[in-house]
Amino acid sequence: MNLPVFDDGAPLLRASGVTRYYGTRIGCTDVSFELWPGEVLAVVGESGSGKTTLLNCLSTRLVPTSGVVEYRMRDGAMRDLFQLNEAERRLLMRTDWGFVHQNPADGLRMTVSAGANVGERLMAVGARNYGAIRGEAESWLDKVEIDTGRIDDDPRGFSGGMRQRLQIARNLVTGPRLIFMDEPTGGLDVSVQARLLDLLRQLVGEFGLSAVVVTHDLAVARLLSHRMIVMRGGNVIETGLTDQVLDDPRAPYTQLLVSSILQV
Amino acid sequence: MPTRLCLNGVSKNFVMHLQGGAVLPVVAEVELAVAAGECVVLGGRSGIGKSSVLKMIYGNYRCEEGQILITDGDRIVNVATASPREILALRKETIGYVSQFLRAIPRVSARDIVAEPLIERGVERDDAVSRAEDMLARLNVPEKLWGLPPATFSGGEQQRVNIARGFIADFPILLLDEPTASLDAANRAVVVDLVKEKKASGAALLGILHDADVRERIADRVIDMEAFAAEKAA
Repeated sequence: MNLPVFDDGAPLLRASGVTRYYGTRIGCTDVSFELWPGEVLAVVGESGSGKTTLLNCLSTRLVPTSGVVEYRMRDGAMRDLFQLNEAERRLLMRTDWGFVHQNPADGLRMTVSAGANVGERLMAVGARNYGAIRGEAESWLDKVEIDTGRIDDDPRGFSGGMRQRLQIARNLVTGPRLIFMDEPTGGLDVSVQARLLDLLRQLVGEFGLSAVVVTHDLAVARLLSHRMIVMRGGNVIETGLTDQVLDDPRAPYTQLLVSSILQV
Repeated sequence: MPTRLCLNGVSKNFVMHLQGGAVLPVVAEVELAVAAGECVVLGGRSGIGKSSVLKMIYGNYRCEEGQILITDGDRIVNVATASPREILALRKETIGYVSQFLRAIPRVSARDIVAEPLIERGVERDDAVSRAEDMLARLNVPEKLWGLPPATFSGGEQQRVNIARGFIADFPILLLDEPTASLDAANRAVVVDLVKEKKASGAALLGILHDADVRERIADRVIDMEAFAAEKAA
């Protein structure tokens, strides 16, 4: 299934030789790619392959040992993310980016209401009118298929799938251009996964979002991403169009991964 | 008519690393060209590499050797060396692919699956959906199924949804991988008409069609793939 591709002429994110060591141990080495507006890139590999380290370096949650990560700011200028000052970096993370954690509890505030979870990000970018914030929060709960009657409940009473959808609403409410996702469907039942994947696919298409999705699930990569990076032991093993890597894998490791998928 | 698609010296091997690096030759030195308004059919025994050639043109399989040239507006793109972004752009605007099998997505209705290529190309949603419904009706997909995800449809119904999706947009190049397999006579006739309309509108079609009757009615030329067999038949 093709996902829509948006294009306005220049990459949104560029990684060049991104390397991260933990002491002498390799996290990820020499990762380079460009992500274009509207593109979804999947980073796949088994546990310990370095995919989450890479995601954290790209999203400035972790400082790379070497290499450069550049991002095209809203004014069109490509900026080295690690040269931004703290205020600029925080603004970026609050407004232009989203980060969807595998465990929704890491991305939500579990003791405040669903509505406040969504509204909080709006307030962080300067929204002050209570009615407008609540209205926006309601509309986002509806978009992610959470009954708006639950707006005043806190997420501790939500199921895993609902929490994950709430986390997505919280991330998207500020109209970000780039979303980082770390195993967004990990730990969910298959039927709940299907609903979440369809929702993500729809939202990415509707808003022309770019995304970097870390997953060990090749079916998730096939459904959501345009392009794929296969990692193992911190190294990039293979890159290419998602369907090309899955249908005509070239590297021995990718062939092993693809042939290990269970058929139903 | 101008050439839309041209393959020069295209060869393909699969290297199976899990089988000790066994090399599986697929095709060798394929030469073919398809002009606008023409329907060319790939012939030859099963396993000779017909589908692989279509998949290489669509960028689904990699092409390590040779050139796959596509006329895209006023420029020519070589799929064999194109970047992933260029291939995605070609798939959005230039090359359509009708395969035998539908990859159903949970919760997406037949109507939306068919309308999607139009929406991607910027057609207004209501207009795209109404054209999708016309196409589903034309291919005799019962109206009560339009709003349902096709995962539970019969094989023939899924295939017709896929055909509707493949033919709905005006791609200048259309690849057909057995579009009529497992269709009844009435629906085969619909596909024949759809192909004729595409030819009349100047599309270049390259297909695999085992059905001799359909082939007779739509093919301008048949290329015997035996000539490009990686391992010649004894």
